[in-house]
Amino acid sequence: MEVLNAIFVLPFVDMFSEPIFFAEVVVGGLLTGVMYSLVALGFVLIFKASGVFNFAQGAMVLFAALTLVGLMEKGVPVWLALIIAAGVMVIVAVIIEKLVLRPLVNQPDIILFMATIGITFFLEGFGETVWGSDIHRLDVGIPDAPFEIGGMLLNEFDIWAAAIGAAMVGGLALFFRYTVIGRALRAVADDHQAALSVGIPLKTIWIVVWSVAGFVGLVAGIMWGTKSGVQFSLSLIALKALPVLILGGFTSIPGAIVGGLIIGVGEKVAEIYWGPLIGGAIENWFAYMLALVFLLFRPQGLFGEKIIERV
Amino acid sequence: MSEDGNMLLSVKNIEVVYNHVILVLKGVSLEVPEGGIVALLGANGAGKSTTLKSISNLLRAERGDVTKGTIEYMGEQVDSLTPNALVSKGVIQVMEGRHCFEHLTVEENLLTGSYTRKDGRAAVQRDLDMVYSYFPRLVDRQTSLAGYVSGGEQQMVAIGRALMAKPKLILLDEPSMGLAPQLVEEIFEIVHRLNKDEGVSFLLAEQNTSVALRYASYGYILENGRIVMDGDADKLASNEDVKEFYLGMAAGERKSFRDVKHYRRRKRWLA
Ligand SMILES: Nc1ncnc2c1ncn2[C@@H]1O[C@H](COP(=O)(O)OP(=O)(O)OP(=O)(O)O)[C@@H](O)[C@H]1O
Ligand SMILES: [Mg+2]
Repeated sequence: MEVLNAIFVLPFVDMFSEPIFFAEVVVGGLLTGVMYSLVALGFVLIFKASGVFNFAQGAMVLFAALTLVGLMEKGVPVWLALIIAAGVMVIVAVIIEKLVLRPLVNQPDIILFMATIGITFFLEGFGETVWGSDIHRLDVGIPDAPFEIGGMLLNEFDIWAAAIGAAMVGGLALFFRYTVIGRALRAVADDHQAALSVGIPLKTIWIVVWSVAGFVGLVAGIMWGTKSGVQFSLSLIALKALPVLILGGFTSIPGAIVGGLIIGVGEKVAEIYWGPLIGGAIENWFAYMLALVFLLFRPQGLFGEKIIERV
Repeated sequence: MSEDGNMLLSVKNIEVVYNHVILVLKGVSLEVPEGGIVALLGANGAGKSTTLKSISNLLRAERGDVTKGTIEYMGEQVDSLTPNALVSKGVIQVMEGRHCFEHLTVEENLLTGSYTRKDGRAAVQRDLDMVYSYFPRLVDRQTSLAGYVSGGEQQMVAIGRALMAKPKLILLDEPSMGLAPQLVEEIFEIVHRLNKDEGVSFLLAEQNTSVALRYASYGYILENGRIVMDGDADKLASNEDVKEFYLGMAAGERKSFRDVKHYRRRKRWLA
């Protein structure tokens, strides 16, 4: 009885008795969630357009952030470093298309997946060879001052991060819906062969999505890097993106966003209110638990594209 | 179909191998004149789709290769061009089984066909209106997801999408597949009008021999990767062997076309 009480009643009593603290926890979770969303977004883009599960997304985040921070440490001004880092991600996309995707086209998915593991090791290794393996401090000049709203203590940087994340997502959604390339991307995602048959060159499309995934990675890298320094562990957020994808559906952009937010909030709330019951560290596995539940009951995820079946 | 002068497309003696080992086409030659409708007939697995895919070069994406022979379009050798380049030049394939983009709306599907065009929005919009005028049924379906419209409408989307590329030659693979006879007639009627009014040439792969021969001007019969017969459509339609084996007009088991030849040859010999 007491156990049940501690699990099902007391945490909620706590939430209601200190609503401001609860709101802080939720907002903190949402902000972490935006980061997850950004990383998951990169996955979704590539998965949609090339059917490749890109294990290297995390490494791309690390590589983009390392490039940026490395250039800044060499005294390159922020704006220029941003442009160069974005350019480097395009070059990475072109090289991946030419050396990995094109030769492996028509190979089974698992081969392509393994190829992305190869890309992961290469990017991690190459990034560290060029820029060193220390933790780099990153400051691109986004204001970072705490302030208060309605009794809640917030951080200006977090608000910026959320706003940039939201703008990025909105921009991508518009790009997909209303531009010729965006439409072609969706066409390729639906049916490779048919896309080829109407003259859409897969090569161009792949370079575009990998570049966009690279930009998204750069933004995610800036956010995470500013918070916790640019270091090897950035590459591991890829692992956090996996449950986000299962939750949101591998092919859904809104899914990546909402999935990221749910996991961000869920794990913070679980950690704070239920963590003490079992000695903490819920944050480490909560996302995977949730993903497992989804796999069992809703394998296409929250927003996974409907599998169109006509009768 | 002998003089080379006004041929839009000439396929000369091509061989196609899948996966480096499976020989599927064993020397196929055919021609499509400017403004013609040419039918490529044959049973399941004869190699009709493979022939069309070698022309549009969608073959590569299926691990197929043209290992012998040449393909010329408007007098230029095009074997090594990408599908993208071929579409820009005016050759586009409508694949067997329609292959609409299911999660795109009908209109978005049509617009994907204009990907390679560089003649501006106004021209694309004009052609969109033109497509809707040929397929008025699609007007009501504009905003439906293509995955949810009927099979006949999907076939219209697939043809309309190809038209949006402003093609000179459409390689149309089994438009009749899975459609009710009346709808088949409707689709062929539109093909006929597109040919007459828009000057689009067609190379048409079909199992439905009788309909195809009514609308085509010339036909080739493919069997086992080889052309076993060709001729004007009306001649083919009235040919006894074609009647027997492809138009289902004779009772009894369908044999292979080559058996007939043996049989006839023997008869002639005896006579
Ligand atoms: N990708 C492929 N790999 C290996 N063999 C193939 C491939 N595609 C087709 N084939 C083989 O090539 C032969 C010809 O196939 P094709 O699809 O060209 O025939 P078709 O005349 O279009 O038949 P249908 O009327 O059934 O569409 C068949 O024996 C088929 O099994
Ligand atoms: Mg076929």
